Amino acid sequence: MEVSYEKKENILIVKIIGEIDHHSSNILRAQTDAQLDNINGKHLLFCFQQVTFMDSAGIGVILGRYKRVQSLGGRIAIACAGERVLEILRISALTKIIPSFSSKEDALRYLEGGKLK
Amino acid sequence: MINWMRAFFEAKSENESLARMMAAGFFSALNPTISEITDVKTAVSEAVTNAIIHGYEGKGGSVELYCAYDTQKLYVEVADQGIGIGDIPKAMEPLYTSKPEMERSGMGFTIMETFMDSVRVESQPEKGTRIYMEKQLSRE
Repeated sequence: MEVSYEKKENILIVKIIGEIDHHSSNILRAQTDAQLDNINGKHLLFCFQQVTFMDSAGIGVILGRYKRVQSLGGRIAIACAGERVLEILRISALTKIIPSFSSKEDALRYLEGGKLK
Repeated sequence: MINWMRAFFEAKSENESLARMMAAGFFSALNPTISEITDVKTAVSEAVTNAIIHGYEGKGGSVELYCAYDTQKLYVEVADQGIGIGDIPKAMEPLYTSKPEMERSGMGFTIMETFMDSVRVESQPEKGTRIYMEKQLSRE
Protein backbone atom coordinates (compact mmCIF):
# COMPACT_ATOMS: atom_id res chain seq x y z
CA MET A 1 0.00 0.00 0.00
CA GLU A 2 1.09 3.52 -0.80
CA VAL A 3 -0.47 6.65 0.64
CA SER A 4 -0.12 10.21 -0.55
CA TYR A 5 -1.43 13.34 1.11
CA GLU A 6 -2.56 16.62 -0.34
CA LYS A 7 -3.98 19.65 1.43
CA LYS A 8 -6.69 21.77 -0.09
CA GLU A 9 -7.52 24.67 2.24
CA ASN A 10 -8.56 22.96 5.47
CA ILE A 11 -9.19 19.57 3.86
CA LEU A 12 -6.68 16.72 4.06
CA ILE A 13 -6.98 14.47 1.00
CA VAL A 14 -5.72 10.93 1.59
CA LYS A 15 -5.08 8.95 -1.57
CA ILE A 16 -4.54 5.24 -1.05
CA ILE A 17 -3.09 2.88 -3.63
CA GLY A 18 -3.13 -0.86 -3.05
CA GLU A 19 -4.45 -3.11 -0.29
CA ILE A 20 -5.86 -2.11 3.09
CA ASP A 21 -5.58 -4.91 5.64
CA HIS A 22 -4.59 -5.06 9.31
CA HIS A 23 -0.92 -4.70 8.41
CA SER A 24 -1.23 -1.70 6.10
CA SER A 25 -4.01 -0.09 8.18
CA ASN A 26 -1.53 0.48 11.02
CA ILE A 27 0.64 2.51 8.64
CA LEU A 28 -2.35 4.34 7.19
CA ARG A 29 -3.60 5.23 10.68
CA ALA A 30 -0.26 6.53 11.97
CA GLN A 31 0.55 8.55 8.84
CA THR A 32 -2.93 10.08 8.56
CA ASP A 33 -2.96 11.13 12.21
CA ALA A 34 0.50 12.67 11.84
CA GLN A 35 -0.64 14.58 8.75
CA LEU A 36 -3.76 15.84 10.52
CA ASP A 37 -1.55 17.10 13.36
CA ASN A 38 1.05 18.70 11.08
CA ILE A 39 -1.12 20.53 8.62
CA ASN A 40 -3.86 21.38 11.06
CA GLY A 41 -6.48 19.94 8.70
CA LYS A 42 -10.09 20.05 9.71
CA HIS A 43 -11.85 17.87 7.17
CA LEU A 44 -10.75 14.55 5.75
CA LEU A 45 -11.29 12.97 2.35
CA PHE A 46 -10.41 9.33 1.70
CA CYS A 47 -9.83 8.76 -2.00
CA PHE A 48 -10.33 5.03 -2.68
CA GLN A 49 -10.15 4.90 -6.45
CA GLN A 50 -6.97 2.79 -6.48
CA VAL A 51 -7.73 0.58 -3.51
CA THR A 52 -7.52 -2.99 -4.79
CA PHE A 53 -8.51 -4.78 -1.58
CA MET A 54 -9.99 -3.85 1.79
CA ASP A 55 -11.08 -5.96 4.75
CA SER A 56 -12.55 -4.97 8.11
CA ALA A 57 -9.28 -3.32 9.17
CA GLY A 58 -10.21 -0.50 6.79
CA ILE A 59 -13.49 -0.01 8.64
CA GLY A 60 -11.58 0.45 11.89
CA VAL A 61 -9.29 3.09 10.41
CA ILE A 62 -12.10 5.06 8.77
CA LEU A 63 -14.24 4.94 11.91
CA GLY A 64 -11.33 5.99 14.10
CA ARG A 65 -10.55 9.01 11.86
CA TYR A 66 -14.28 9.86 11.75
CA LYS A 67 -14.38 10.08 15.54
CA ARG A 68 -11.24 12.18 15.62
CA VAL A 69 -12.27 14.64 12.90
CA GLN A 70 -15.80 14.92 14.22
CA SER A 71 -14.63 15.72 17.75
CA LEU A 72 -12.84 18.76 16.27
CA GLY A 73 -15.89 19.91 14.34
CA GLY A 74 -14.72 18.55 10.98
CA ARG A 75 -16.35 16.35 8.39
CA ILE A 76 -15.20 13.24 6.61
CA ALA A 77 -16.06 11.84 3.19
CA ILE A 78 -15.16 8.93 0.92
CA ALA A 79 -14.61 9.29 -2.82
CA CYS A 80 -14.42 6.87 -5.74
CA ALA A 81 -14.76 3.63 -3.77
CA GLY A 82 -15.15 0.55 -5.95
CA GLU A 83 -18.09 -1.82 -5.65
CA ARG A 84 -16.21 -4.19 -3.34
CA VAL A 85 -15.08 -1.50 -0.92
CA LEU A 86 -18.61 -0.05 -0.90
CA GLU A 87 -19.96 -3.48 0.00
CA ILE A 88 -17.64 -3.69 3.02
CA LEU A 89 -18.68 -0.16 4.04
CA ARG A 90 -22.36 -1.08 3.70
CA ILE A 91 -22.07 -4.30 5.72
CA SER A 92 -20.60 -2.31 8.59
CA ALA A 93 -23.23 0.48 8.17
CA LEU A 94 -20.43 3.02 7.70
CA THR A 95 -22.27 4.45 4.68
CA LYS A 96 -24.96 5.63 7.11
CA ILE A 97 -22.63 8.02 8.91
CA ILE A 98 -20.00 8.81 6.28
CA PRO A 99 -21.11 10.07 2.86
CA SER A 100 -19.58 8.39 -0.17
CA PHE A 101 -19.25 10.11 -3.56
CA SER A 102 -18.50 8.78 -7.00
CA SER A 103 -16.17 11.71 -7.75
CA LYS A 104 -13.53 13.57 -5.81
CA GLU A 105 -15.05 16.90 -6.88
CA ASP A 106 -18.45 16.07 -5.39
CA ALA A 107 -16.80 14.95 -2.16
CA LEU A 108 -14.77 18.17 -1.96
CA ARG A 109 -17.89 20.24 -2.59
CA TYR A 110 -19.58 18.47 0.31
CA LEU A 111 -16.62 19.03 2.63
CA GLU A 112 -16.30 22.71 1.64
CA GLY A 113 -20.00 23.49 1.76
CA GLY A 114 -21.20 20.98 4.28
CA LYS A 115 -24.15 19.95 2.12
CA LEU A 116 -24.98 16.57 0.65
CA LYS A 117 -25.10 17.28 -3.12
CA MET B 1 -10.90 -33.86 -2.23
CA ILE B 2 -9.52 -33.29 -5.70
CA ASN B 3 -6.71 -31.09 -4.49
CA TRP B 4 -5.46 -29.52 -1.26
CA MET B 5 -2.64 -27.50 0.26
CA ARG B 6 -1.48 -26.77 3.76
CA ALA B 7 0.86 -23.97 4.76
CA PHE B 8 2.28 -22.78 8.05
CA PHE B 9 3.62 -19.29 8.59
CA GLU B 10 4.64 -16.95 11.38
CA ALA B 11 1.82 -14.90 12.93
CA LYS B 12 3.08 -11.59 11.59
CA SER B 13 0.85 -8.99 9.98
CA GLU B 14 3.11 -8.93 6.91
CA ASN B 15 1.91 -12.47 6.20
CA GLU B 16 -1.76 -11.48 5.86
CA SER B 17 -1.23 -10.60 2.20
CA LEU B 18 0.82 -13.80 1.73
CA ALA B 19 -2.11 -15.87 3.03
CA ARG B 20 -4.54 -14.11 0.66
CA MET B 21 -2.23 -14.70 -2.29
CA MET B 22 -1.70 -18.37 -1.44
CA ALA B 23 -5.46 -18.99 -1.26
CA ALA B 24 -6.15 -17.01 -4.44
CA GLY B 25 -3.33 -18.77 -6.29
CA PHE B 26 -4.43 -22.23 -5.17
CA PHE B 27 -8.11 -21.73 -6.08
CA SER B 28 -7.32 -20.10 -9.43
CA ALA B 29 -7.14 -23.63 -10.88
CA LEU B 30 -10.95 -23.72 -10.52
CA ASN B 31 -11.43 -20.64 -12.74
CA PRO B 32 -13.46 -18.73 -10.17
CA THR B 33 -14.91 -15.32 -11.02
CA ILE B 34 -13.02 -12.26 -9.79
CA SER B 35 -15.83 -11.66 -7.33
CA GLU B 36 -15.58 -15.21 -5.95
CA ILE B 37 -11.82 -15.02 -5.53
CA THR B 38 -12.16 -11.65 -3.77
CA ASP B 39 -14.74 -13.19 -1.44
CA VAL B 40 -12.27 -15.92 -0.47
CA LYS B 41 -9.36 -13.49 -0.11
CA THR B 42 -11.43 -11.26 2.18
CA ALA B 43 -12.52 -14.18 4.37
CA VAL B 44 -8.96 -15.56 4.59
CA SER B 45 -7.66 -12.11 5.49
CA GLU B 46 -10.17 -11.78 8.34
CA ALA B 47 -9.47 -15.26 9.72
CA VAL B 48 -5.68 -14.89 9.55
CA THR B 49 -5.84 -11.43 11.14
CA ASN B 50 -7.92 -12.91 13.98
CA ALA B 51 -5.26 -15.58 14.56
CA ILE B 52 -2.47 -12.99 14.66
CA ILE B 53 -4.19 -10.34 16.79
CA HIS B 54 -6.51 -12.38 18.99
CA GLY B 55 -5.13 -15.92 18.97
CA TYR B 56 -1.53 -14.91 19.59
CA GLU B 57 -2.22 -11.33 20.79
CA GLY B 58 0.52 -10.05 18.52
CA LYS B 59 3.18 -12.19 20.25
CA GLY B 60 3.73 -14.49 17.29
CA GLY B 61 3.22 -18.20 16.76
CA SER B 62 2.34 -20.53 13.93
CA VAL B 63 -0.71 -19.94 11.72
CA GLU B 64 -2.01 -22.76 9.55
CA LEU B 65 -3.84 -22.21 6.27
CA TYR B 66 -5.50 -25.23 4.66
CA CYS B 67 -7.24 -24.92 1.29
CA ALA B 68 -8.99 -27.69 -0.63
CA TYR B 69 -11.62 -28.29 -3.27
CA ASP B 70 -13.76 -31.05 -4.68
CA THR B 71 -16.08 -30.86 -7.66
CA GLN B 72 -18.72 -29.00 -5.68
CA LYS B 73 -17.04 -26.68 -3.25
CA LEU B 74 -13.96 -25.01 -1.96
CA TYR B 75 -12.86 -25.34 1.64
CA VAL B 76 -10.67 -23.10 3.79
CA GLU B 77 -9.40 -23.66 7.31
CA VAL B 78 -7.38 -21.20 9.35
CA ALA B 79 -5.97 -22.39 12.67
CA ASP B 80 -3.79 -21.17 15.51
CA GLN B 81 -2.56 -22.61 18.83
CA GLY B 82 -3.19 -19.37 20.67
CA ILE B 83 -5.34 -18.35 23.62
CA GLY B 84 -8.63 -19.54 22.12
CA ILE B 85 -12.06 -17.94 22.27
CA GLY B 86 -14.03 -18.28 25.52
CA ASP B 87 -17.42 -17.25 24.17
CA ILE B 88 -17.72 -18.07 20.46
CA PRO B 89 -21.29 -16.73 19.90
CA LYS B 90 -20.25 -13.42 21.49
CA ALA B 91 -17.09 -13.23 19.37
CA MET B 92 -19.19 -13.74 16.25
CA GLU B 93 -21.67 -10.94 17.05
CA PRO B 94 -21.44 -8.02 14.63
CA LEU B 95 -19.53 -5.06 16.10
CA TYR B 96 -18.25 -7.04 19.09
CA THR B 97 -14.52 -6.74 19.58
CA SER B 98 -12.27 -7.62 22.50
CA LYS B 99 -9.76 -5.08 21.19
CA PRO B 100 -11.57 -1.72 20.73
CA GLU B 101 -8.35 0.11 21.69
CA MET B 102 -6.79 -1.27 18.50
CA GLU B 103 -9.66 0.21 16.46
CA ARG B 104 -10.85 -3.24 15.51
CA SER B 105 -14.32 -2.94 14.03
CA GLY B 106 -15.73 -6.22 15.31
CA MET B 107 -16.87 -7.08 11.78
CA GLY B 108 -14.45 -9.90 11.00
CA PHE B 109 -16.79 -12.88 11.48
CA THR B 110 -19.70 -10.98 9.91
CA ILE B 111 -17.59 -10.42 6.80
CA MET B 112 -16.51 -14.08 6.71
CA GLU B 113 -20.18 -15.12 6.96
CA THR B 114 -21.19 -12.63 4.25
CA PHE B 115 -18.66 -13.78 1.70
CA MET B 116 -18.57 -17.52 2.40
CA ASP B 117 -21.48 -19.98 2.42
CA SER B 118 -20.67 -21.38 5.84
CA VAL B 119 -18.38 -20.49 8.72
CA ARG B 120 -17.82 -22.74 11.72
CA VAL B 121 -15.52 -22.06 14.66
CA GLU B 122 -13.94 -24.57 17.00
CA SER B 123 -11.99 -23.17 19.90
CA GLN B 124 -10.65 -24.17 23.27
CA PRO B 125 -9.19 -21.72 25.76
CA GLU B 126 -5.36 -22.00 25.85
CA LYS B 127 -5.45 -24.62 23.06
CA GLY B 128 -6.31 -22.56 20.02
CA THR B 129 -8.90 -21.86 17.37
CA ARG B 130 -9.78 -23.39 14.02
CA ILE B 131 -12.14 -21.68 11.58
CA TYR B 132 -13.79 -23.82 8.88
CA MET B 133 -15.25 -22.12 5.82
CA GLU B 134 -16.93 -23.44 2.69
CA LYS B 135 -18.00 -21.86 -0.53
CA GLN B 136 -19.84 -23.18 -3.55
CA LEU B 137 -18.64 -21.81 -6.87
CA SER B 138 -21.07 -20.75 -9.55
CA ARG B 139 -20.60 -23.09 -12.46
CA GLU B 140 -22.09 -23.26 -15.91
